[in-house]
Amino acid sequence: MLRRRVIPCLDVADGRVVKGTRFVDLVDEGDPPELAERYAREGADEIVFLDITAAPEGRGTLLGIVERTARRAFVPLTVGGGVRSVVEMRDVLRAGADKVSLNTAAVADPSLISRCAARFGRQAVVVAIDARRRTGDEPETEPSWEVFVRGGREPTGVEAVEWAQRAVDLGAGELLVTSIDRDGTRSGFDTELLRAISSRVRVPVIASGGAAGPADFVAAVRDGGADAVLAASIFHRRIHSIAQVKRAMAKAGLPVRVVAGAGR
Amino acid sequence: MKAWEPEPPVAPSRSFRVAVVDYGAGNLVSIEQALKTVGTEVVLARSPEDLGLADALVVPGVGAAEPAMRRLARARLVDPIMAWIAAGRPYLGICLGLQLLFERSEEDGADTFGVLAGPTVQLVDAPTLPHIGWNQVVRRREHPLFEGISQGADFYFVHSFAGVPEGIAADRLVLADTEHGSRFASVIDRGNVLGVQFHPERSGGDGLRLLANFVRWGSALAAGAGAQYTPVGAGGTSGGD
Repeated sequence: MLRRRVIPCLDVADGRVVKGTRFVDLVDEGDPPELAERYAREGADEIVFLDITAAPEGRGTLLGIVERTARRAFVPLTVGGGVRSVVEMRDVLRAGADKVSLNTAAVADPSLISRCAARFGRQAVVVAIDARRRTGDEPETEPSWEVFVRGGREPTGVEAVEWAQRAVDLGAGELLVTSIDRDGTRSGFDTELLRAISSRVRVPVIASGGAAGPADFVAAVRDGGADAVLAASIFHRRIHSIAQVKRAMAKAGLPVRVVAGAGR
Repeated sequence: MKAWEPEPPVAPSRSFRVAVVDYGAGNLVSIEQALKTVGTEVVLARSPEDLGLADALVVPGVGAAEPAMRRLARARLVDPIMAWIAAGRPYLGICLGLQLLFERSEEDGADTFGVLAGPTVQLVDAPTLPHIGWNQVVRRREHPLFEGISQGADFYFVHSFAGVPEGIAADRLVLADTEHGSRFASVIDRGNVLGVQFHPERSGGDGLRLLANFVRWGSALAAGAGAQYTPVGAGGTSGGD
């Protein structure tokens, strides 16, 4: 049976792992390949790097980090942040990534999704969606969310659930759905947002933004329909371990991969 | 047993040379590094000449069959790969490298190697597609490839299609199955040809162990087949252990 994945996310800026609260206010938390290897040993099912500086002049640094990580951690690696073309995606895959996540550039030019999928297969194309709940909705109406780009700073007017469906139609093999409202707040995932998307697409959905404790991972899967759950600060700051999270998921009856000797 | 480090590779692998076929822009760093980690020398094969020095052949890859076949043809690698298989030399196909062994892909209609009877088809009744993540590999019988690996161990998958063996020998080709909506063949074994639908190079300690086993099995096969390769200290590696 397919396991529900637990994925530590490493936000990378200028070659270091950082974690912001609500996408700003960055704190330095370590060397990316070293952290990735530690998480792999501790039972991470996959590693995600998001290059949050994503400045063109920083690409070389990022590719070096990707390669060092691929040579140390034998688990899948997804890399996102600033990829704007098929050629840039090729470079990231060649450096040792298995998947690339597209965000701002895909919203600006959705054909990027289909071009990348045609070249590398849809399984290599993750579309990351940063969504913010629309305020002012009447309590009785269906909730809705707006897609934001440029690290969650710029509104697009695009409806998140519609964008998710379109991205899949164009060739996305997986969706990484982040609630901007919850990101960095440790107040739990936006399971309504997750459910609204996961119930309408067939590709796996990765939940992101708001993890506080093991119970939130269970809720993201059970209530949100997520196939995988991503978190950063609770792992980086050792508030909870991956093993702890997986134990809680297993106890709730969710299938998880247990790694022998992965620690507590 | 350690969770992460594989057992030290058995002696002959030190001088064992694996050609990894490089025919696209995908990630080869992982498979190259994983094979080095289990003690082999790795050659990235981009032309027929690169196969000449190798003891075993690994064909990796993800994605669609048609562009892969086109790139292999452009690199003049299709015939040498077929000749390699026909000569009884050790072959490991990973993901697309397994699917290409079948006759054709129903994804894009591409004609593939045709070493195994049957097509490559989309997973039936899959709750999510692509099938991405760790899933259980359940063996039907034992094989040196899985020595030291628990029955039902998890490996990392990322694919939407899988080969379906046909013909009278079909059942015997399937070494292991995996379930995602329905059951599909996740490991194929036909003599010198092995294929895995998952990615051992991305499957942690068990993945490295499987690659170390492939190298040991390949050494024994190469020695038994009287190939040019002369194993160093290969005593006791019967291939059936």
